[in-house]
Amino acid sequence: MNDVTGMPQTAVVLGGGSEIARAVLVALARHRLRRVVLTGPTAASLEATAAAAAHAGVEAEVVVHDLTDVAGIDALVRQAGDRLGTIDLVLVAAGRLGTARLDELDATTVAALAGANFAGPAAALVAFAKALAAQGGGRLVVLSSAAGYRVRKANFVYGAAKAGLDGLAQGLRDALEGTGVGVTIVRPGFVRSRMTSGMAPAPMASDPEDVAAAVVAGIERRAEVVWVPSTLGPVLFALRLLPSSLWRRLPG
Amino acid sequence: MLSGVDAPQSLLAGWGRAGATRATVSRPRSPDEVAELLRSPGGSGVIPRGLGRAYGDAAQRSGGTVVDCTGLDRVVELDEAAGTVRVEAGCSLEALLRAILPRGYFVPVTPGTRHVSVGGAIAADVHGKNHHRDGSIGAHVRSMVLATPTGVRRLDAGGEDGALLDATTGGMGLTGVVTEATLELIPVETASIVVDTERAVDLDDCMARMVARDADYRYSVAWLDALATGRRLGRAVLTSGDHAPLEALEPGRRERALAYAPRAPIDLGRLPAVRVLAPSLGAALNEAWYRKAPLERTGEVQSLTAFFHPLDGVGAWNRAYGRLGFTQYQFVVPPDAGEVVRRVLEHLTRRRVPSYLAVLKRFGAAGSGHLSFPSPGWTLALDLPLGVPGLAATLDELDELVAAAGGRVYLAKDGRLRPELLAAMYPRLADWRSVRDGVDPHGVLCSDLGARLGLCDDGSGGSRR
Ligand SMILES: Cc1cc2nc3c(=O)[nH]c(=O)nc-3n(C[C@H](O)[C@H](O)[C@H](O)COP(=O)(O)OP(=O)(O)OC[C@H]3O[C@@H](n4cnc5c(N)ncnc54)[C@H](O)[C@@H]3O)c2cc1C
Ligand SMILES: NC(=O)c1ccc[n+]([C@@H]2O[C@H](COP(=O)([O-])OP(=O)(O)OC[C@H]3O[C@@H](n4cnc5c(N)ncnc54)[C@H](OP(=O)(O)O)[C@@H]3O)[C@@H](O)[C@H]2O)c1
Repeated sequence: MNDVTGMPQTAVVLGGGSEIARAVLVALARHRLRRVVLTGPTAASLEATAAAAAHAGVEAEVVVHDLTDVAGIDALVRQAGDRLGTIDLVLVAAGRLGTARLDELDATTVAALAGANFAGPAAALVAFAKALAAQGGGRLVVLSSAAGYRVRKANFVYGAAKAGLDGLAQGLRDALEGTGVGVTIVRPGFVRSRMTSGMAPAPMASDPEDVAAAVVAGIERRAEVVWVPSTLGPVLFALRLLPSSLWRRLPG
Repeated sequence: MLSGVDAPQSLLAGWGRAGATRATVSRPRSPDEVAELLRSPGGSGVIPRGLGRAYGDAAQRSGGTVVDCTGLDRVVELDEAAGTVRVEAGCSLEALLRAILPRGYFVPVTPGTRHVSVGGAIAADVHGKNHHRDGSIGAHVRSMVLATPTGVRRLDAGGEDGALLDATTGGMGLTGVVTEATLELIPVETASIVVDTERAVDLDDCMARMVARDADYRYSVAWLDALATGRRLGRAVLTSGDHAPLEALEPGRRERALAYAPRAPIDLGRLPAVRVLAPSLGAALNEAWYRKAPLERTGEVQSLTAFFHPLDGVGAWNRAYGRLGFTQYQFVVPPDAGEVVRRVLEHLTRRRVPSYLAVLKRFGAAGSGHLSFPSPGWTLALDLPLGVPGLAATLDELDELVAAAGGRVYLAKDGRLRPELLAAMYPRLADWRSVRDGVDPHGVLCSDLGARLGLCDDGSGGSRR
């Protein structure tokens, strides 16, 4: 059960190999988290998260599953429910940055990025939302991105997919009113993780642990949107007002 | 579905208005309908609910069935010779008082609100300002009728089913649905209390006064100025009292000595501005409350309402905490661990967690309920707004202080206790479990609180430690 401060005892992570997800689980373990189901396409990264969870006192089960296999999602939801009883929290951390270089972007690549960042996570999000509503409550935490707030040329396929997921999560939140299911959308800027390794950090960069702390605080506040860092929200709000002639010239 | 039982889905939370979950709500109109609900459960468990005054998640069940007991609300019989009343469990203390006071009887124990049901009061084994003298409500239950998944039982104090009675008293609804109870009453001559009031300048002063004076009064409690810090930490207004004898009333008022007519409250929830103002109001009210109290005043005659249920004068005041709601942290520590009270207050100040209401009381002897909260020592209750950064971690730190001192937190107020601490805080938990397993072998009865703390199984097989 989620307690009245919002802290979960059980969780499902979609994209369980994520470094950000790993940090979030460790932070939640300091509160009430005790059991988790981790799903993602690659056993190795899932096992690394399971080990970190175990170290923090959380029992983890690994289920290898690629979210773009949408036919397998209902089975995944059932499996997680059988395993955990009540699913207190679902963390959506799946994502691939991919490329935005036109010479590399063929139709398959674009569709794959759209699948990993939007179609797969969206299908799973809705399926889990229905399961949580049926069980009488719970919380969905969705790792969106600042990149989706105003799409940039540097990562426009990824950014557009994230914008789609962010919008879906907002609408889903409203659709879930009265069900006891809450939705928290997390919009980090540049996070120093595997996804960004080898890239020069953008201004206002943060670490997975910063995202984790913001997520825990966001859950406590039952926040609808969490920016990481929190000052990023107003900055991007202002940048969004820039005329596109200026926007496309911004570095990065 | 049963005929005559409505079963809509509702989002339910406790008095603190946080952590709401959805359940099917059934409102049985007779004990038979209650028994039927327990025989044919569906979903993830069944839990009774009274008037929803438990602060946390005790009277709700995510995805399960909540048995709204307020349809069982009859005062069956006042036995004046025995000084007892037989009453259905969904009856509120307010309705009970309206029935018995004019005939010269008062309830044996009342919490700080009269809007609780008899069943809820037994399930939490509630205490009042007279705990140091009279114990908790369980000490005054002659008998009760309990509907369990394995049948309906009549439980008599001192009778054969003593263990089930003890598991139910303070058992938070997890052993069955109480459908009626027979309570021993306090005979009174008036509906008034003779009150002595004094101010204490700090916590030591307050505790010393309580130790020195409690025994002289049936009722006693201290309201701390929870926002006072430093030298003033724990400054308080102590009120103590006894039922007023007829002579204490002015001659003109003796005719209507037993009249009881609590006024309908002003509805705070209707005033949106109050929510915004709550934080600054809280500080101002604490200050005003302390300043307004006389340094010392004796023999003031107050109405029962003013003395026992001052908060009931404002309806829906729980809405003043806004969207995120609030919680109450109430703990008890042994008599020689009074220092923990200071450390808790200091810790909250250090962590910048404001509290707008703080009540200190000395408990007397413990009752026989397995999971009953009161035990001898100091109990402090603090209303805390949710959403304050770091509150969850801060309360975990308080749990450690309390547990280390041999204390416990009150489940009727709880919505977040660390489950691993439950067994240490409630040493009779194993007794309770074995009785519960006997009456509910398939784990039909379950609340969100129970699932969270591992008191009932939530279907995953992993919640019970
Ligand atoms: C302003 C305020 C002041 C308070 N002051 C005090 C105080 O001074 N002392 C004190 O001890 N408590 C106090 N409380 C707490 C309150 O007395 C308890 O939470 C009590 O249980 C509330 O009764 P209820 O009918 O509202 O029960 P609910 O909140 O509806 O339910 C509480 C528990 O009782 C169980 N229950 C309800 N009905 C039945 C039944 N028929 N059979 C079996 N189980 C049942 C539920 O399953 C649940 O576990 C206070 C609460 C408030 C809001
Ligand atoms: N890092 C940043 O700067 C940043 C900024 C804002 C938002 N985010 C978002 O935060 C989330 C976590 O990112 P991160 O920084 O922790 O990077 P990460 O370590 O690369 O995590 C992303 C995870 O998603 C998994 N994944 C990819 N495609 C998937 C699919 N089809 N189905 C299921 N899982 C899939 C990956 O699996 P593998 O283990 O197989 O690779 C990986 O474990 C992502 O949604 C990301 O978009 C990141």
